[in-house]
Amino acid sequence: MPSTVALAVTRYRPEEESEPTFQTYEVPFRKDWVILDALNHVKDNLDGSLSFRWSCRMGVCGSCGMKVNGTPKLTCATFLSDYLPGPIRVEPLDHFPVVRDLVVDLTDFMRKLKQVKPWIIRNEEKPLSEGEYLQTPDQVDMYKQFSMCINCMLCYSACPIYGLEPSFIGPAAIALAQRYNMDSRDQGAAERLKILSEHDGIWQCTFVGECTKVCPKHVDPAGAIQQYKLTAATHWVKALLLPGGTR
Amino acid sequence: MSTEPHYTLYHPRWYRRRVSVWWWLQNRSYTAFVLRELTSVFVAFFAVVYLWQLRALAQGPEAYAQFLARLKTPRLLALDTVAFLFVLFHAITWFNLTPKAMVVRLRGKRVPDWAIVGLNYAAWFVLSGVVAFILLRGR
Repeated sequence: MPSTVALAVTRYRPEEESEPTFQTYEVPFRKDWVILDALNHVKDNLDGSLSFRWSCRMGVCGSCGMKVNGTPKLTCATFLSDYLPGPIRVEPLDHFPVVRDLVVDLTDFMRKLKQVKPWIIRNEEKPLSEGEYLQTPDQVDMYKQFSMCINCMLCYSACPIYGLEPSFIGPAAIALAQRYNMDSRDQGAAERLKILSEHDGIWQCTFVGECTKVCPKHVDPAGAIQQYKLTAATHWVKALLLPGGTR
Repeated sequence: MSTEPHYTLYHPRWYRRRVSVWWWLQNRSYTAFVLRELTSVFVAFFAVVYLWQLRALAQGPEAYAQFLARLKTPRLLALDTVAFLFVLFHAITWFNLTPKAMVVRLRGKRVPDWAIVGLNYAAWFVLSGVVAFILLRGR
């Protein structure tokens, strides 16, 4: 076991440089340390100017997504010991503008997420006195996988389509739309269809499948998109063939 | 790129990396993806050969014999072999991806991925067997 490991970290200080560079830090190697621990060690002991995002340290908040040796990872769940002997390359997520060092701007995703209406839409809310909207375990099972998304943006970083076509709504937003479409309490599928079946929606996806591979919560956005392609295509055929459309 | 993302407009200091033309060589699954997309060319090639065969068949036995002779030239044999390998890659990769797009539920439970893939392969082998039987029956 080595006593230290080298961390090659992207630095980008817009007031000083026009392009990102790498800076190497030698950090103590500990078996129970994840990349985020090493970054925090750098921040606390070696270089306080290094900027990165993190919060929960337990794979729930989705803030600490970065590229580790070229692969998008949650740095709180990626152990140093898996990357020995190093140096370990830590870079900001791809396809998002870099604000500083390892911090990227996610405004684009936030705007797209809102577009797909990721909330329960009811034609008419039932009065409170009638009680809750009940669901069977099987009904929960239909959407539970997609509801595990923590918006960590690893899938956007892994998606070459999003890199080439920034207007693409993208994996997580579509998976989250599907999360509500599959919810037995929701009645908003038709509203979402308009956004999802547009040019920038599901049809931009060419099924590279990398989003599913990098997802730390096993959401399977690639599956969500392909399944929705089937739904949208069926809807289109029905609208074409049935008098009065799909009502 | 169709539209410039609007949010960097007032942030000229934010750094935007461009996707390299060689992005598909960055990791193995990107390369496999691009190869899978490329297989469609070879699928089209076989369709064209099939149409060519039908045309030769319609023109009579002499034209058909000529067609068969041409298929046996080394250049076409080599091309056929390459095309066949690509089509095989096409079939296998797409079969393996079917459970992603096809979610089948039996009595509320999701049918496991391996069963869906297995059924696809089974159907492929049975159909190939039927075709082979019909073609080779008279020999």
